[in-house]
Amino acid sequence: MTKVSMTVNGKSVSGEVEGRTLLVQFLRENLRLTGTHVGCDTSQCGACVVHVDGEAVKACTMFAGEAEGAQVTTIEGMANADGSLNTIQQAFQDHHGLQCGFCTPGMVMSAAALLKENPQPSEAEVRDYLEGNICRCTGYHNIVKAIMAASGQDVGKIAAE
Amino acid sequence: MPKDNGIGASTKRREDVRFLTGAGNYTDDVNVYGQAYVHFLRSDVAHGRISKIDTSAAEAMPGVVRIFTGKDFEGIGGLPCGWQVTDRHGAAMKEPGHPVLAQGKVRHVGDPIAAVVAESLAEARDAAEAIEVEIEDLPAVVDMKAALESGAAKVHDDLDDNLCYDWGFVEENKEAVDKAISEAAHVTTLELKNNRLVANPMEPRVAVGDYSAANDESTLFTTSQNPHVIRLLMGAFVLGIPEHKLRVVAPDVGGGFGTKIFHYAEEAFCTFAARQLKRAVKWTSTRSEAFMSDAHGRDHVTKIELALDADNNFTAIRTETYANMGAYLSTFAPSVPTWLHGTLMAGNYKTPLIYVNVKAVFTNTVPVDAYRGAGRPEATYQLERVIDKAARELGVDPIALRRQNFITEFPYATPVAVEYDTGDYPATMDKLEEIADIKGFAARRAESEKRGKLRGLGVNCYIEACGIAPSNLVGQLGARAGLYDAATVRVNATGSISVMVGAHSHGQGHETSFPQVVAEMLGIDESMVDIVHGDSSKIPFGMGTYGSRSIAVCGSAMVRATEKIINKAKKIAAHLLEASEADIELKDGQFSVAGTDKSVAWGDVTLAAYVPHNYPLEDIEPGLEETAFYDPANFTYPSGAYACEVELDPETGKVTIERFAAADDFGNIINPMIVSGQVHGGLAQGIGQALLEDCAYDETGQLISASYMDYAMPRADDVPFYAVDHSCQTPCTHNPLGVKGCGEAGAIGSPPSVINAVIDALHSGGHSHVTHIDMPASPSRVWAAMHG
Repeated sequence: MTKVSMTVNGKSVSGEVEGRTLLVQFLRENLRLTGTHVGCDTSQCGACVVHVDGEAVKACTMFAGEAEGAQVTTIEGMANADGSLNTIQQAFQDHHGLQCGFCTPGMVMSAAALLKENPQPSEAEVRDYLEGNICRCTGYHNIVKAIMAASGQDVGKIAAE
Repeated sequence: MPKDNGIGASTKRREDVRFLTGAGNYTDDVNVYGQAYVHFLRSDVAHGRISKIDTSAAEAMPGVVRIFTGKDFEGIGGLPCGWQVTDRHGAAMKEPGHPVLAQGKVRHVGDPIAAVVAESLAEARDAAEAIEVEIEDLPAVVDMKAALESGAAKVHDDLDDNLCYDWGFVEENKEAVDKAISEAAHVTTLELKNNRLVANPMEPRVAVGDYSAANDESTLFTTSQNPHVIRLLMGAFVLGIPEHKLRVVAPDVGGGFGTKIFHYAEEAFCTFAARQLKRAVKWTSTRSEAFMSDAHGRDHVTKIELALDADNNFTAIRTETYANMGAYLSTFAPSVPTWLHGTLMAGNYKTPLIYVNVKAVFTNTVPVDAYRGAGRPEATYQLERVIDKAARELGVDPIALRRQNFITEFPYATPVAVEYDTGDYPATMDKLEEIADIKGFAARRAESEKRGKLRGLGVNCYIEACGIAPSNLVGQLGARAGLYDAATVRVNATGSISVMVGAHSHGQGHETSFPQVVAEMLGIDESMVDIVHGDSSKIPFGMGTYGSRSIAVCGSAMVRATEKIINKAKKIAAHLLEASEADIELKDGQFSVAGTDKSVAWGDVTLAAYVPHNYPLEDIEPGLEETAFYDPANFTYPSGAYACEVELDPETGKVTIERFAAADDFGNIINPMIVSGQVHGGLAQGIGQALLEDCAYDETGQLISASYMDYAMPRADDVPFYAVDHSCQTPCTHNPLGVKGCGEAGAIGSPPSVINAVIDALHSGGHSHVTHIDMPASPSRVWAAMHG
């Protein structure tokens, strides 16, 4: 066991982990931040996306030890300071961009990363960017709408209800 | 002006806030103090005899608490099957045992052999690798027709063969159907496969068993669509735990799609092991485990014949289907290819004679059971494909052929034993033609062709039987359970309301839509009503969520319970207002005396019920809490018309979905936003089945699509924005809300239109020899068909 320390959602944290402990395990099991989910074993589904030093990362693809000293943001750190939903989260609720909610944290984290690098993505750009996030409930229609709406675009003209 | 409260309002979902902030409470988020972890050692061969299991080295590994094998489950009930089918000759289906851990033989890749319980999951996994297992390989049966040949290896040694049942429906019609087909002016025949799928809710299954020695109580936290069903099956038939000593909790569940209906070995194991070890035991499925242990869906091989007279009226349908059961009978498996499939073979059409034959077959594969639509997609696919093929053979417009044969008068008794109460199939087809812009297709095709692409249009209709189901009817059909549902409406002293429901919400948004109904009935704000679901210790005995039944059955129970509340509240209000009960009216949360300005508010009445100082105690009891069980009088029959437009790249065979339109009739709608979302999700699953998804076994029974690297899930760039409409509404006549259910429609209605569109595209490009492509219509299959 070795000690790792990092900053998660603005708080300094540390814990004892095995070399094989994945970042997602550290978040879920050591820190009990269970908003980050595990949906596959092969880094395909994206339910575990978090931000590490500002980059979207699948938390099942890196060891906890690799995040030593990093700034990590999880879904629990995304709401506004007053606890209200941030723009992306609110757009997901407004446009019914989630159903069972399991893929949702990863979708929100990916959407935030997308909008940071491309503030007004087209429909095709959103769909392309979400290649690494699988949703089984929504058929993606309302996820794509929500992300475009969060970027300030008028989605009423782009897609039907 | 759209409503902002009550029935018909697109109320935003209240449950979203916790899901969007990481505050959901899924089963894997449940951790019990002192819990141990279990890892299942699973068979890596499809069929074999276990000659040796030696756990001694593994038991000495660090952290190991105990290792269980089949021996520990000798004399303990196997997993029960909840539906018995009677075959064509009146005999009961074959019903082999389904042990919790393998007993003597393994019968599919993934069959659990041993379970290692350890202090950590990593230690459990490490120890499992040290278990010595010797398996004497046996020949595996994978192909259904080969499994039925004489001399084929038997999945179950104690059965005569691999045939579970040979079902005929309606057997008495067979001769007349044969005659009509032999005398028909035209018969179109189609052989097709309904590909095996894996439901793949994004949350893998999880089970946490806990035990309290203090009161001899077991608790199971599990990813279930129906906690009471699990409590009954596991308590009564597997582990022998009385129901008052067994609590089953399904907290937030990350999607179900049918595969979380069933009672699974891992649930029984964790509950059993927790009792043995006097500590909690937790299992979390990996995705690969899910592929080899979650019940699969579909997997039918069918030959369908459609007979038409000289005027193109449908005169008869005959089908022969082989339905894969897998190695064991999953909880409701026998019902899917029979009563959920044969009864839907009339579709939207007035075909007078229908005969359905289904041979259910055991193979060395994962058990197959209900997946979104369950039997109805299989019926719809074959019917709507054969109609399209007939239209092409006859040189008539496929929409016109459908319209000509539509059922137009209701109620309509089909020749396959069900009675449709309402529907308006021409109206949904009219709506589809409008929202799909069928008229504009020719121009879009010309534009595609300019770019060297082929463009195809596929249309189909569907009918489904939802609101499952009338208990006396399903009892006659072999169900070993009733299919009512239940709701308790608990009004609190200050007027807020908790509604405990038997339905479970795992994406459907019940926490938002169910309060809309109660709020509408009482004239109060939705925010005053909360829904409680998923915990057998809190809710009345309900049958859970599947078969698009929640609002039609459980919602109806909720209406009945709320009606009881209103009746009692009116008595209290009459007392408070010193008026006759018959004169009391309830509107906008106020009880008033008709024709006067005297009124009393909802909250005053509820407070009086719990602080009964001024109260008719001689006539009624204090308190305001009512329960209703609702058993439906009939199924509900949602229907619709769907259109798919594809573009096909003749260079590669790749098909892309350019447009998809769905016009549905769900009867009355509670929350239009949620209904649209349900359709969207179903469409993506149907498109996935048609173009991408395939659960594949090789000839030795190895599962070769056991991860997302191999099983192609639909992704955001595989699907377009959809055009969905549910403005055609013929309300259900036999439930109080007039609702029909919407959860499965998209998955039922979409695969045939995709394949019809692919065939249409190929024909437009001169590939008229291609009459069918089996799903998924992958680029390689399409290319091979073009050049075959």
